[in-house]
Amino acid sequence: MIDFDAVMGKIEGLEAHELRQWIEERWVRVEQGDRGFLFHEVDVARVRLIRELRHELAIGNEAIPVILDLIDQVYGLRRRLRQLRDAIDAQPAELRDAVHAYLARGSAETGE
Amino acid sequence: MAAKNPYEVLGVKPDASEEHIRGSYRKLAKKYHPDLNPGNKQAEARFKEITAAYDLLSDKEKRARFDRGEIDASGAERPEHAYPRYGGFAEGAPGTRYEFHSAEGMAPEDLDDLFAFFGRGARGNAPRRGADLHFALTVDFLTAINGGRQRLSLSPDRNLDVTIPPGVHDGQVLRLQGQGAPGRSGGPVGDALIEIHVAPHSFFRREGDDIYLDLPVTLAEAVLGGKVMVPTPTGTVSMTIPANTNTGRVLRLKGKGAPHPGGTRGDQYVTLKVVLPEGGDAELTRFMRDWAPQHLYDPRRGMVS
Repeated sequence: MIDFDAVMGKIEGLEAHELRQWIEERWVRVEQGDRGFLFHEVDVARVRLIRELRHELAIGNEAIPVILDLIDQVYGLRRRLRQLRDAIDAQPAELRDAVHAYLARGSAETGE
Repeated sequence: MAAKNPYEVLGVKPDASEEHIRGSYRKLAKKYHPDLNPGNKQAEARFKEITAAYDLLSDKEKRARFDRGEIDASGAERPEHAYPRYGGFAEGAPGTRYEFHSAEGMAPEDLDDLFAFFGRGARGNAPRRGADLHFALTVDFLTAINGGRQRLSLSPDRNLDVTIPPGVHDGQVLRLQGQGAPGRSGGPVGDALIEIHVAPHSFFRREGDDIYLDLPVTLAEAVLGGKVMVPTPTGTVSMTIPANTNTGRVLRLKGKGAPHPGGTRGDQYVTLKVVLPEGGDAELTRFMRDWAPQHLYDPRRGMVS
């Protein structure tokens, strides 16, 4: 975990006041340590993402929470799908093959 | 591999204005940003092309050199992103940090519904256990040590009084049976899983079951020794300071730390810190002036470098 100043040093073109605002808005949910905020790797990557959305893609402040929420939902679903894949992988070969055959058929039908 | 013509990549004419180029870049970057297209390798490759093209064309000098044929498009290729993308974390276990709270603790239920959806297809109306719901609860430093009850709001109209067991530590997950999502077709109710966050304290620190405290003492207490009152998480206790005790000396109060399952307790470690009278003291200053020249000592003698 790293602190506020370390994050500022790591990410080019980031202003301290905007990072504070993002924390306040709970777009980045950092931990509160004895000597200030503490950032996990996932938080730092999220700050980078928000900075890209804001600065490089010029997305307005009011759209950011909507985007973040949708992104979180998509990644949540993908995490669940991974679990599902792992669950299928853990099944006997016969069942696994049947599922894969079914999925292959499904994607052929929808033309993907 | 030869890089593509940056004008073609951004879909602009060679005489396009800076503004036009920026607009086109933003439009394409929004569409192909890797974090907005998880798992899509084509989008990622396209995004790299787009940023490389924009890096070249947004730099006046580089653009002019490219136009004169002095450099080719590959000169502008960015080194691979040295830092990891958000998606790499969000899709793994760390991402639950953001999933948990996204709708004030309610999101996982929707996601469990996804599995319930798969299950229904296969099993028809067989009874199904309700989903486990995840919550986060921040508890006071002292409550975490001594235990207590704390209210957690599960939803706008449902609160739960959570019993905090004494000695709970940061990151510990409490399972409350039968407080999760309702079951289907007569299946049992799921559990509530509550991740505990312990708030920091203004003067206690905790490591495992042990408590650390910096204790200011007066000059007289340090020189002469004596009894001082020391706060511990379970109340104030009296501690004897030996005579001639320096700043930095650590005294242990056995069994005054956090309780441990099984009946033992951690200890409290008290680090003494000598504090001179605020604003100085004329008599002390006078005394030191007379005393010091006859009592020379060098506390820094080990520090010769």
